[in-house]
Amino acid sequence: MNAPLIRVLIAKPGLDGHDRGAKVIARALRDAGMEVIYTGLRQTPEMIADAALQEDVDVIGLSILSGAHGTLVPRVMRLLRDKGLGSVKVFVGGIIPDADIPDLKASGVAGVFGPGTPTTDVVNAIRHVLGAPQPG
Amino acid sequence: MPTLTERVSAGDRRALATLISRIEKDDPEARAILGRLHVRTGRAMVVGITGAPGTGKSTLVAALTRVFRRGTAGQPPRTVGIIAVDPTSPFSGGAILGDRIRMRDLAGDEGVFIRSMASRGRLGGLSHATDSAARALDAAGFETVLIETVGVGQDEVDIARQAPTVIVVESPGSGDDIQALKAGILEIADILVVNKADMAGAESAFESLCAMLGLGARESDGWKTPVLKTVATTGEGVDALADAVHRHCGYLRATGEGERRERERAEADLRDRLRELLFARWREGGRRDLAEMARRVAARECSPEEAVEKLLE
Repeated sequence: MNAPLIRVLIAKPGLDGHDRGAKVIARALRDAGMEVIYTGLRQTPEMIADAALQEDVDVIGLSILSGAHGTLVPRVMRLLRDKGLGSVKVFVGGIIPDADIPDLKASGVAGVFGPGTPTTDVVNAIRHVLGAPQPG
Repeated sequence: MPTLTERVSAGDRRALATLISRIEKDDPEARAILGRLHVRTGRAMVVGITGAPGTGKSTLVAALTRVFRRGTAGQPPRTVGIIAVDPTSPFSGGAILGDRIRMRDLAGDEGVFIRSMASRGRLGGLSHATDSAARALDAAGFETVLIETVGVGQDEVDIARQAPTVIVVESPGSGDDIQALKAGILEIADILVVNKADMAGAESAFESLCAMLGLGARESDGWKTPVLKTVATTGEGVDALADAVHRHCGYLRATGEGERRERERAEADLRDRLRELLFARWREGGRRDLAEMARRVAARECSPEEAVEKLLE
């Protein structure tokens, strides 16, 4: 186990209570050899940024099904920058209309995954953005 | 620009998080920083929390933290650093660290720092880095350090070496009084807790544990292990648990037992370090073909006993 381990925070900001997708992703990342800090439902952007700082994660995965991504994501991004965590890569998963994706990317999000994305795509995107070796 | 050592000493949370990551990576620089921080450690009250999976350890850690933060009669509020260990998958090397879920309402408190850790292949309920991470929290000024182990079985007692005060958490329905008599985890308890005390079977679990302790365990050293009932989800009994922790710390100080445990811990730690360092030095010696020797042992060309002698030549 000498390759640097990737640490990922999986969080569900906002009020929707559906965490099946987040759990599926958490499990897939674990099986890909990552350490996944799972924080559960109804996290505020402040809680997420604070947890990311304490856990010193490389990646944050935000699962949002409520439609509130337009306000929640920019707030998370701003708080991360304020805390000096601008280098942490943020991915968003959930129900995100295509039209909203450019704005999310403009706010610094590294990738957006809609329903039905194969979990291997998520694993590969994380490895790619961190410059980690892809398994053969 | 202050150094990482200075920033951790000043309680900088980001620096602390970075240092713990470097400790986990076994970075030589982190070792040097910890070495410089050593004189600043030894001030925190270090408490281990262990017990079987599902007994409510994380919820109890959160409840206990709230009580320490608020303070109790005779005890001022204290800052709390938490290390919560969960198991690493033996197959993928990955882990799901879920202890924060139960500690949700501690978020936003600058007097609390929570770090999740994976066991990374170590057995015994902790990870290789737990002890060093606890020292980093101590050096950063946290007055209390709570170490929550992996959910353990009967024999994972490493926590007793790292924390001078150990709470063992049980819950109703986890076994009859013969389970309570077995050696291992119950023997390392300085404080025994029956959590979920509002559930059926709590009373009989409580009585079995009291009866087991009544048979004479540990009383000779002057501390009578209390058995407490808590409901971590409501906070019931948690003030009494915090008081018991303070009482145990007082006992450790007053009797010299704390010093004895600290010396024991330091000695065991030095043995581990020596073993690791000797192995590393031996490795650096070059022309050491461990794999070739392993092949010969597996092929029954030589015995493992002969092999190590040859490798040391």
